[in-house]
Amino acid sequence: MRRVLVCSSLEWWVSWLDCGDERAAPGRGRCGRIEMTSGNLAFAEAMRQINPDVVAAYPITPSTEIPMRFAEYVANGEVDTRYVAVESEHSAITACVGASVAGGRVMTASSANGVALMHEIFPIAASFRAPIVFGLVNRSLGAPVNIHCDHSDSMPERDSGWVQIYCEDAQEVYDTVMLSVRLAEHPDVLTPVFVCQDGFITSHCYEPVEFLSDEAVRSFVGAREPRYPLLDVENPVSYGSFTMSEYYFEIKRNQIEGLNHVQRVYGKLSSEYFALSGREYPVIDRYMSDDADYVAVIMSSAAGVVKDVVDDLRGDGVRAGCIRVRMYRPFPAMELREALRGKKCVAVLDRSASPGGTAPLAAEVKSALYMQPDRTPVFDYIFGLGGRDFFPSDALRVFQDMMEFRYEDGARYIGLLEEDDQE
Amino acid sequence: MVSAMDGTIEVRWHGRGGQGAKSASAVLAEVLFHEGKYVQSFPEYGAERQGAPIRAYNRVSNRPIRRRCGVENPNIVVVVDPTMIESANPSEGCADDAIYLVNTALDAGDLRRRLKISDSARVLAVDATKITIEELGQNRPNAPILGALSRVFADVPAEVFADHFTRKMKSLPPKALEANRRAIMRGRAEATLA
Repeated sequence: MRRVLVCSSLEWWVSWLDCGDERAAPGRGRCGRIEMTSGNLAFAEAMRQINPDVVAAYPITPSTEIPMRFAEYVANGEVDTRYVAVESEHSAITACVGASVAGGRVMTASSANGVALMHEIFPIAASFRAPIVFGLVNRSLGAPVNIHCDHSDSMPERDSGWVQIYCEDAQEVYDTVMLSVRLAEHPDVLTPVFVCQDGFITSHCYEPVEFLSDEAVRSFVGAREPRYPLLDVENPVSYGSFTMSEYYFEIKRNQIEGLNHVQRVYGKLSSEYFALSGREYPVIDRYMSDDADYVAVIMSSAAGVVKDVVDDLRGDGVRAGCIRVRMYRPFPAMELREALRGKKCVAVLDRSASPGGTAPLAAEVKSALYMQPDRTPVFDYIFGLGGRDFFPSDALRVFQDMMEFRYEDGARYIGLLEEDDQE
Repeated sequence: MVSAMDGTIEVRWHGRGGQGAKSASAVLAEVLFHEGKYVQSFPEYGAERQGAPIRAYNRVSNRPIRRRCGVENPNIVVVVDPTMIESANPSEGCADDAIYLVNTALDAGDLRRRLKISDSARVLAVDATKITIEELGQNRPNAPILGALSRVFADVPAEVFADHFTRKMKSLPPKALEANRRAIMRGRAEATLA
């Protein structure tokens, strides 16, 4: 690696790239090619390598690049997927459900109001045990129309019966697609998965990502072995039948059982993937939290800046920590309770609101902590709606609130203009 | 000397939709990635139309980059569009000794005065618009800007920037790629201290 001087020819130079660092080069793993790509394109590359049987999609910002790039792969013959172009998101997910119960491996992507239009079909996919893997690129729900990130599109789907995994960066998006195919199709789980990433912040940021070889992906994901495919005419089955109160409850209970197996199955898959890639993704990402007094709990891309602020505070002798919740459904309540035991204070930062109630992440964290003998105080915050940026100073203020124990009933908003105006 | 907290250099680009600021920021990231650095390149999307003011950002570091917020205190500011020298407020959040690379035909004194910067700021000026009108017949200032930027990252030869630009724009016809390559080399040669 060369030493890169800045401005030496102009007698300006800096020592910041003096490569005495222990780091060799980007790439957290051990075996792959590393390329500059984005969260969207990393998802599309994972799709190319997985080569699903059917993709039905109706592109919408900011997830547009996923079906766009994948359609190129189809057109160029790089995959042999059947690409179904449809006239709406509702039709896209409906086609996905049909293809999935027919026995195919099926993927798609969407965002925001596209996801909302699919809402009717999501519980049907989960109840059919259709293991679809879905690239959900988080974007705020209108109105007002806004193309930027928050989690108000995925959170209304939290009770639809799907697994929800939220990724911090493009590398994690890529790796999570691989894990999700195996998780969704596992016979004990058989549940569709949302792989969520933050719109624009992750989906459109170019950064280095390490890819597995095509062979390694093929061998890791294998081929789908459908349990009760519609197309198995020797063993005819029916999907979508009418069921009154004598069976509906039992079917729902069975479906919930699939989600109850997720943590166990995911743990094994995660270890297997770590052995393959050198990258590991627990359901909660604990950063300096084990001995921390003050912990901020957050999801997705905004965790990075919190971790940077944790480092700064540690430098000042404050025992700060960050926990990033990666798997939101099923919610890892036990892991979280364990990780937050004995903390002086916990702050939960939600990127969506539940108007009139407690925001989704805060509600889960508080619920998980309720049975502690000495309940940890929890502060809740709402940040980043409609793509409002979240800076180090914002994260620092949250820790200062905890350190000075400035408790308030209800959620506080971070970065609202009206607050800044008052200062 | 650029004082960069924790060894990360941050770059902020000011341009207008359609001028290629976003692509140039991606090319810079690619070049420095191939030099072994951790990099980010991301635009700040507003209205998606030609001519609207846009910002793009880079971070470059020897260590993994975790934060993903917009750049508030850039070490290097690139002004791709000459009409934005005042309107975009390029010096916002910058340290006194920040580096500026500006597409402009202004003389040094006028440029520094309009940028409202201190004497310790370091300014590199290039008439990128003129270069691309001569080489490409249109106003696409990102290529000469990249060439000029190669003088800031002095150990990376301008050819490396040209090669990455060519790869990124490979859908353009060969003639246009050649013209852009010339524009990049001229950007490097014609950039002056202001």
